[in-house]
Amino acid sequence: MPASLIRGVRVSAWRWRLAAGAVALALVSAAQAQLAVRDDRGATLRMSAPPQRIVSLLPSLTESVCALGACARLVGVDRFSNWPGSVRGLPKLGGIDDAQIERIVALRPDVVLVSSSARIVDRLEALGLKVLVLDSRDHADVQRSLIAIARLLGTPSEAERVWAVIERETQAAVERVPPALRGRRVYFEVDTTPFAAGAGSFIGETLTRLGLANAVPVELGPFPQLNPEFVLRAQPDIVMAVRPALAEMPRRPGWPALRALREGRTCGFASDRYELLVRPGPRMGEAAGVIADCLVAITARDAATKAPR
Amino acid sequence: MTATDARRRRRLAIGLALATLVLLVAGLAAGSDGWSLPDLARTWAGPDGALIVGQIRAPRTLGAWLTGALLGLAGAIAQGLFRNPLADPYLLGSASGASLGVVLLLAASASGGHAIGLATADTLARIGLVGAAFGGALLGVLLTLTLARGAQQTTRLLLAGVVVGVMLAAASDLVTSAVPEALRGKQAFLLGSTGYLGWGSCAALAVGLALTLPPSWRLARALDALTLGADTATSLGVALPKVRVALVGAIALATGLAVSQAGLIAFVGLVAPHLVRRFAPARNGFALLASAAAGGTLLLLADVLARSLIAPREVPVGVLTALLGGGYLVWLLHRRRVA
Repeated sequence: MPASLIRGVRVSAWRWRLAAGAVALALVSAAQAQLAVRDDRGATLRMSAPPQRIVSLLPSLTESVCALGACARLVGVDRFSNWPGSVRGLPKLGGIDDAQIERIVALRPDVVLVSSSARIVDRLEALGLKVLVLDSRDHADVQRSLIAIARLLGTPSEAERVWAVIERETQAAVERVPPALRGRRVYFEVDTTPFAAGAGSFIGETLTRLGLANAVPVELGPFPQLNPEFVLRAQPDIVMAVRPALAEMPRRPGWPALRALREGRTCGFASDRYELLVRPGPRMGEAAGVIADCLVAITARDAATKAPR
Repeated sequence: MTATDARRRRRLAIGLALATLVLLVAGLAAGSDGWSLPDLARTWAGPDGALIVGQIRAPRTLGAWLTGALLGLAGAIAQGLFRNPLADPYLLGSASGASLGVVLLLAASASGGHAIGLATADTLARIGLVGAAFGGALLGVLLTLTLARGAQQTTRLLLAGVVVGVMLAAASDLVTSAVPEALRGKQAFLLGSTGYLGWGSCAALAVGLALTLPPSWRLARALDALTLGADTATSLGVALPKVRVALVGAIALATGLAVSQAGLIAFVGLVAPHLVRRFAPARNGFALLASAAAGGTLLLLADVLARSLIAPREVPVGVLTALLGGGYLVWLLHRRRVA
């Protein structure tokens, strides 16, 4: 074999390797581009493949991951995540303010889902973890989070399916609201101090969807701490709260004069139902159903008291 | 005690009385629409007048004054008894005891159904936060007294109070980290709240003031003797151990009641006696009465502001007392430096 030929073969082999390398590089970057998810702080998260090990540090994000069919990929959750039942057995990694960074790192997650109020984002990123920051405050946040998580999971169409279920459940709840109660003003208490859910809050949005009015106007903010007198003067048509708080209301000064309390136009939610109501996540359609159930029960009670004996 | 001092005392007494009167009216006029006198007339004449003014604003206003008075009185006794201007009614472990009681109750009701039976939960609900806070405050003070082996030695008592305070606070932090649901209610309690003071609370607070103010006033002469030192006081014929026990008991009762009705309201007990001493140097008898009045005035002012600043929303009243009281102390320090 002449020397020139040998050199030619060597050169072509080198060229071929170079070309193959370039193609591989292009393929990898194409995959990366496929998995670029923008989060709520404006950062873009790039991943070479859909994450297989996920840590969620917010109950509503945990629920979203599961609703999108990826519950099995969760390897750890915050201490408040309790739905669906399968997440109860996962390692509990603390809360937003006291997350156990060491345990999170030890779980080697491909991605960590957190809310924007979490202080640990910088710490986790400094330790080399990928972090997706998502707000969950209102209905629009829930939809945006679902879309972002579904894209991250590599199943973008799942978001539409889950959102359609939420819409269907909500619509069914809307139709069950007794006509006599449409437009009634609701006082929804979230803390006995008293803090209320205003019209601008997540719960307020659900109430609006159900055709109810809010005793706390939107300009007071999502969860204002109110002067108790305000509630009495507003004389809401319906009072909603977690059951123990509702039971305690008649003992507050002046509150026995609330007509809604006297006439039993109240919704006292059991604590697991209440949790469902205040959690902006994929179960918000079910939450609308819980409120509709209570409204139906109020109408039934009203009818029973008015019925001639 | 010169003639100028007497005049200043008279002026302070009149000033406090006037401020109280004005604030009582302001308290009736401050509601969820903000602060307005013409509105008071309209509300009173309206269909809900008796309810809004009679059942909510009146007891809240009076209750805030009484709570402040109890804290001011307890602070004045503590500062006289411990001969320390930094002494605070919460010093004997009552504050941390009360918050531990509240946290335990909240934790028990949060985990209710799982850990405790229904009957227990019902009993707990009936005792309520008031009982838990009062019981906790008493427990804190008793622990402090046990650790200090009575109230004889001032330094020992102060140290014991600090230690008990830190330990009980750590215990309640431990409970909240185990049962995070208890945290929200604890927050409201720690910030203090005058929003739900009704006539029942007013009655309890008034009884507390009636039980603590007259005996403390009678023991004020012993506090005067104590300013000359414990030995001198004893040689002047003061039965020091008895006086100490009685006054520590008064501090515990006054603080426990105030805390149980309105939560941990900051700074009133510390600042009210300072305010009185600053404006009118006086013997302990006058100082006790004036501190009670000053405490009442201060807390009522904070309460009226809490209601009217961003009505119908509220500012936590404890935040305002800390701002008003802390601001006053800063101003005092600044003036001293300038002088």
